[in-house]
Amino acid sequence: MNLWLVLAINSVTLGGLLFLLSAGFSLIFGLMRIPNLMHGSFFMLGAYMGSAFLKQGLGFWPAALASAIGMAVLGGLVERLLLRRLAGQELAQVLLTLGMSFIIADACLMIWTGDPIQPATPPDLRGAVTTAGLVFPIYRIAIVGVAVAMAVALWLLIDRTRIGAMIRAGVDDAPIARVVGIKVSQLFTLVFCLGAALAAFAGVVGSPYLSIYPGLDAEMLPLALIVVILGGAGSLLGALLGSFIIGFLYNFGQALFPDLAYVILFVPMVLVLVLRPQGLFGRAAL
Amino acid sequence: MKRRLPSMTAALVVVAAMATLPLWLANTYYINVASQILFWAIFALGLNVLVGYAGLTSLGHAALFAMSGYTAAIVVTAGGAHLLGAVAAIAMTVATAAVFAVLALRATGIGFLMITLALGQIVWGIAYRWAALTNGDNGINFKTRPQPFGIDLTSAPAFYYAVLLVFLTAVMTMAVFVRSPLGAAVRGTRDQPRRMTALGYNVWLVRFAAFLLSGFWTAVAGLLFLYYNQFISPQVAALQTSAEALLMVISGGTATILGPIAGAAIVVVMKTVVSAYVERWNMVLGIIFVLIISFMPDGLVPGISRLVRSMWPQRRSNVTGERAAKAASEARP
Repeated sequence: MNLWLVLAINSVTLGGLLFLLSAGFSLIFGLMRIPNLMHGSFFMLGAYMGSAFLKQGLGFWPAALASAIGMAVLGGLVERLLLRRLAGQELAQVLLTLGMSFIIADACLMIWTGDPIQPATPPDLRGAVTTAGLVFPIYRIAIVGVAVAMAVALWLLIDRTRIGAMIRAGVDDAPIARVVGIKVSQLFTLVFCLGAALAAFAGVVGSPYLSIYPGLDAEMLPLALIVVILGGAGSLLGALLGSFIIGFLYNFGQALFPDLAYVILFVPMVLVLVLRPQGLFGRAAL
Repeated sequence: MKRRLPSMTAALVVVAAMATLPLWLANTYYINVASQILFWAIFALGLNVLVGYAGLTSLGHAALFAMSGYTAAIVVTAGGAHLLGAVAAIAMTVATAAVFAVLALRATGIGFLMITLALGQIVWGIAYRWAALTNGDNGINFKTRPQPFGIDLTSAPAFYYAVLLVFLTAVMTMAVFVRSPLGAAVRGTRDQPRRMTALGYNVWLVRFAAFLLSGFWTAVAGLLFLYYNQFISPQVAALQTSAEALLMVISGGTATILGPIAGAAIVVVMKTVVSAYVERWNMVLGIIFVLIISFMPDGLVPGISRLVRSMWPQRRSNVTGERAAKAASEARP
């Protein structure tokens, strides 16, 4: 009984983190038509930067915010200086993000060495609450709370604001959006910064729970990839649903079939590809 | 036929130089580097069938490469003969390639890349997590190299000759493939899939065949990798290996036979040299990747041959025509 509960809590927590990671990935993919293979690196570098800010004596949430802002700047630079040069050549852009991911991974290894870092849980969120005989660790619940708040904020941004309407137009049909006067190339930069910031934020928020170590990027990137293949590119709802499906599969798979946990993770992806190639909520096939 | 004479002579000189390499390069270390270049070149040639000729960029080929090595290592460690191990490895890898193809060929372009990447990660996950089968992170030690026809391959020159033989076979197969109707059909599906359909070709089947051919040579390369290192670990199946192989294809020049070979030589030499001085190979790999893609997207071999052609304009080959046809097809999506 207790095992199942722990698993369920872990699943929801991971789902929340994955949503923060993959929402940006999905928006970038939807708008720019490229899977950003740096996204795992943004997560890891964000987490490392957060740990560095924490060491400087910054509070946990200010550190997460600072890391997100730093990563937004970095993401913007990569988009403006490197990806922009290859506008229209999607394949070259993807390979460029792949090359950058190796550079970032090695730079992190150089700066923060190979030893894992586990930042302390923020003091007011330590411990657990007991309700009806069940124990809930507060920080895990806080992660879910943050993810839900972010999901609502993103939904408001995309669905209720002018910028959001422009992004949706760009996702649906970039050439026509250009024709009606939307500066799609500026949206690219904006969405890339936003995605990078969200990934870094997720990295900091997840670090007390996952800890930070070399290879974290390579572990998170495929998860974001499956979430987006599952949910459909450019769809926030798809990213949300996909994140929780993967969160549950990952934790339950690891507990029940530790040898094949990784394979189980990809089963829904294969099913979606065969039955509904555009993803659960996507409009166009990959 | 007369026009091809100089290139035939050049090819003969190169083959002669390669065949006598252990004689004039009497240093085990360098001979081993040469062996590595050759089996990585086989891998790159195999990957090039998809990336270059079929226009399908795979980021999951490390999985096939590792699948071959792992299968042979598991079979031989369990007491099977080397021959059985090799046959099982190639059969298993081609079968895996078929599964990959069925799933990944639902898409082209970026979708294909994402699906192969995800499939590659599955195999990496199995190699890493299924410790009962693969010995997990510790990898598998492969005690002895095989002795085909009783020939001992323990020494560096002997192994080099064996790899060279396989390599030359691979190059010849590729040359035949490129000129064959299948090769033309594969290039057709890359440039004009809709017209190929209209002409009555089954585009999916042509791409499937290309995937299997690519998987076959990747399997052969994976076997040689295992025989050379006598060790295999999940790192071989990681995304980094796929990226390295892709870099070999792209840096040399896609859709050429010489390109992936040159690319393999460049990447292996750089990796050996860089690793000898600093532990920063990943950084260097990433930087080369970014530089090549930003500044020399069509690779070194086409870049240099363009240079050569501009120096002797009368020696125009049909490559120019092919390029023009490609440019024209890109203008009309």
